[in-house]
Amino acid sequence: MIKNLFYLIIFNLFLNSFSYALIEVDITRGNLDPLPIAVSPLHVDIKSQEIKDIKVKQLGENISKIIEKNFKSTGLFNPLKKEAFVQKPDIAHLKPRFEDWRLIKAQALVTGKLLIKDEKLKVEFRLWDLTAAKEMTALAFTTTPSNWRRVAHIISDKIYERLTGEEGYFDTRIIYVAESGPKNQRIKKLAIMDQDGANTKYLTLGNELVLTPRFNPTNQMVTYMSYFRNMPRVYLLDIETGTQEVVGNFPGMTFAPRFSPDGKKIIMSFAKEGNSDIYTMDLESRLVERITDHSSIDTSPSFSPDGKFIAFNSDRSGLQQLYVMRSDGSNVKRITFGKGIYGTPVWSPRGDLIAFTKMHKGRFFIGVMRTDGSGERLLTENYYQEAPSWSPNGRVLVFYRETKAGEKGEGFSAKLWSIDITGYNERKLTTKTDASDPSWSSLLSK
Amino acid sequence: MTLKTNLKNTLLVIFATLILSACSTAKKSGDIEGDVYTGKETVEFLAAGVPDRVFFATNKSSLTTASRATLRKQATYLRKNKNLTVTIEGHADERGTREYNLALGERRANAARDYLMTYGISGKRISVISYGKEKPVNPKSSPLAWSQNRRSVTVKVN
Repeated sequence: MIKNLFYLIIFNLFLNSFSYALIEVDITRGNLDPLPIAVSPLHVDIKSQEIKDIKVKQLGENISKIIEKNFKSTGLFNPLKKEAFVQKPDIAHLKPRFEDWRLIKAQALVTGKLLIKDEKLKVEFRLWDLTAAKEMTALAFTTTPSNWRRVAHIISDKIYERLTGEEGYFDTRIIYVAESGPKNQRIKKLAIMDQDGANTKYLTLGNELVLTPRFNPTNQMVTYMSYFRNMPRVYLLDIETGTQEVVGNFPGMTFAPRFSPDGKKIIMSFAKEGNSDIYTMDLESRLVERITDHSSIDTSPSFSPDGKFIAFNSDRSGLQQLYVMRSDGSNVKRITFGKGIYGTPVWSPRGDLIAFTKMHKGRFFIGVMRTDGSGERLLTENYYQEAPSWSPNGRVLVFYRETKAGEKGEGFSAKLWSIDITGYNERKLTTKTDASDPSWSSLLSK
Repeated sequence: MTLKTNLKNTLLVIFATLILSACSTAKKSGDIEGDVYTGKETVEFLAAGVPDRVFFATNKSSLTTASRATLRKQATYLRKNKNLTVTIEGHADERGTREYNLALGERRANAARDYLMTYGISGKRISVISYGKEKPVNPKSSPLAWSQNRRSVTVKVN
């Protein structure tokens, strides 16, 4: 969608920089020693033209602040205070005085400059390894000025990639259900925001109850459940055009929708006469296929990223447990046998793990396990939390958490939280309203 | 020896305390029997003497003896009012995952519908809808509130 706006031009400056890099961030463990990094404000070229609604003079500063906030949120980096910076942004960008930056204990330095000309924003940045005194990476690109926040996210992603060896997740969005009003008369709207909480937009008006929105792989479509006309059904929404349609022609409630990894099908539950089973519908041919046929509740289906398997939730054993089957419904295997009951399995985009909600002794846990159910790790425990969704690089989970309510429902809140799969770095996300049912997009600029 | 006796006594004391505390909780939530709400709060009536709702145990959709008695009253009322159609709303408490609770609410509503049908009410007169945990009647986070929220409610359509 907005992808085309970006013309990525990779400088050849960094070609020789890979072999000698000394700094490296290990993200496979909880990081107790975040990397000190200095993010210099981007130098704003004085020839830059004025643009309506954008503070051009502060743009370099503002972009650097977003990058710092992104880094801080990972728990892997420690952005240093700008007061201690020793060099002017434009000079540092040409060639930093490495020893001066090392003096303030920085190990990595980000510099950059920008120019707005002919209604286009031109940005370049460099990442410097201060210990090895060399440039690690450099990139320049051109976009429309209104995209300046995305510029900051893309720079963050490139640096994260260079330093951790993993794809970033900053140029992404989260779709969720915005909640307001008293607990027993909740108003729920579909909302979408940038991963850092900026640019919140509401996609429905709140006239009907909406639940569980999920992106398709290209982030243009959303499938969700709506009680439009008091008929609970799975819907498909085109975010750009706002067009909505019911998915399939089922004579009863459909719910718990998700896209297949190729985006061609929607998988969901259909409830009939007290029995919920899993179905898919091909969005092009409209062909509906029944995947499970069991007298118990089968719900919360989630495809493996290669499309070959489906994880789902069933109470066929008596209580909610997690199961994995082939995508045609054959070879059903129960994968959870631990204490407590399990729900909301979600396959990691890397394919190696399944995230889930666990309920045990009145407490709620978000955890991950291998896809055969082994290696269960509980990441966080609370009064109520559920519905994990993966960051596109499979390193972070976003989920929602609710608090206890008093006599009249007071004290109740629902918020989005994130946690690394290491179990470290638990954070509350900034949302304009109460929020639930988050779904993380893939990288927008991929 | 003495140690053993002491231990025994301590255990007895602990046991007695446990029994006492169990009694006191039971007294406090006297409107719950085996996890199912048995009280009158929140209950409305389709007509005099015809309660509109039945309650369920956690994660269950089976009907208790009291629920069946309520539904028989509803069946009698529906037989007398032949033009009446109803919707049965199925609900769950807030202590479960959203998607599973939608399915559970649907199963509860259908348990009530099936029972009405065995008492001669045509399935065509009874539609069902599940709200999962989305519409609690009691917003409090307490075992009593949850038991009131695990319900199916028969609502007149016309």
